Amino acid sequence: MWELLGIWVASLLTLCVFSFLYKDNPFYKFAEHLFVGISAGYGITLEYYNVFLPNLWRPLTQQGKLLLIVPFIFGILLFSRFFRRYSWLSRWPMALIIGIYAGITIVGYGSGDLILQINANLLPLWTGKWLESFNNIILTIGVITGLIYFSFSKEHKGAIGAGAKIGTWFLMISFGASFGYTVMSRMSLLIGRIYFLMAAWLGILQ
Amino acid sequence: MKKLLEKLDSLDRRVIFVFIALSIAIPLLFPVNLKFSVTQPVQSFYDAIENLPPGSKVLVSCDYDPGSMPELYPMNIAVFHHLFSRNHKIITMQLWATGTLLVERAMTEVLSEFPDKKYGEDYVNLGFKEGREVVMVSMGTSIPRTFPTDYRGNKVETLPIMQGVNTFDDLALLMNISGGLPGTKEWVLQVQSRFHVKLGSGCTAVSAPEFYPYVQSGQLVGLLGGMKGAAEYEKLVKRPGSAARGMDAQSVSHIIVFLFIVIGNIAFFALKKTKKRLKV
Repeated sequence: MWELLGIWVASLLTLCVFSFLYKDNPFYKFAEHLFVGISAGYGITLEYYNVFLPNLWRPLTQQGKLLLIVPFIFGILLFSRFFRRYSWLSRWPMALIIGIYAGITIVGYGSGDLILQINANLLPLWTGKWLESFNNIILTIGVITGLIYFSFSKEHKGAIGAGAKIGTWFLMISFGASFGYTVMSRMSLLIGRIYFLMAAWLGILQ
Repeated sequence: MKKLLEKLDSLDRRVIFVFIALSIAIPLLFPVNLKFSVTQPVQSFYDAIENLPPGSKVLVSCDYDPGSMPELYPMNIAVFHHLFSRNHKIITMQLWATGTLLVERAMTEVLSEFPDKKYGEDYVNLGFKEGREVVMVSMGTSIPRTFPTDYRGNKVETLPIMQGVNTFDDLALLMNISGGLPGTKEWVLQVQSRFHVKLGSGCTAVSAPEFYPYVQSGQLVGLLGGMKGAAEYEKLVKRPGSAARGMDAQSVSHIIVFLFIVIGNIAFFALKKTKKRLKV
């Protein structure tokens, strides 16, 4: 009974969202507002039960981990942004959050993206296999000309201009591939919804 | 001819929407099972699991939400199925709050085919943990300290499956089903590059082009990109699911998009030429 009701609600809300494809209308607005409201409510409840209670409140009040009072106070200070007079207090926890994340991500990007990706692009131009060698040459040309395109300290004229032009072609091909994948991704979402409507709601698919 | 071109040039976008909807609904109703081949990143992903000795412990981080379900849920099911069919042990976790219920659902669906698998011995769900990259780095120091209790509230250190599991070094493989941030990029940068674990990824098609360089550099052992990647993987594990079913619709809708792009361009350039001629 409840499952059937759920399917009907999900299907009707899906149709409300799809109705925007015809034109903006109150059904779409209703579904949009409902989605935003429920998402916010669901998110807050989830964070309260999955994060606040097990990570902070219970250890602090039941297990006597008094050191947790420090993140608790820092957490409360974030809400000082709502009061203009005391909003400066929120800068302390913000500084801490930004500092920690910057520290963690810089190390990751440095070792994982910068060093290893440069290393992966230093390829032999002749490997003894024609196809592999051809691939490596194309990749090397693409990397070098792409970098030339993004170097702005010298005017793109002559050899540098030609390199930048080739780099543009490589970039365009890369953007085209990304666009293709984006189309595929969006189509997959649409397939998922249409499949749901046809299978679970209308029952015309197995 | 000019009238037809003008009509095409100013075609109502709703006509395109109707064609796209039909190009998806008709192949779903009347499937023709178009053939597709398995690409190398998917084959490598499959091989990474196949080459593990039976009983290996694999961490599957399912970081997605219902928004990317059509692409990632089939992968999730296929990965669980593949791991159980090879008698591996699954330790799953989530960095997205809304992913927990999807993982529970996927596990229930797969367990119907493996009724002898026991919670705590063959699989465990550590649940959701807030903190993104901080959680990943913290797991590198101690997994039981990062996740003191599992999703069901059991103490992690008391579970048989977690015996001997302290850091990433104690896991044979790490698989990430990624819907965005935090996801595969963060696992590569924070975990693979620091702790040198073997990492495989299943991601949405939108983010796949960003992750292919990680396959080429060896930072990822394999990659499932979008619904196509999921369908290829379903083919390898011989368990056709919703991804394989959607491939006909995917192919036909792409042909329609391609045709509209071609027709639109023909109309645009032909009209441009006509206007130029009239000016002269």
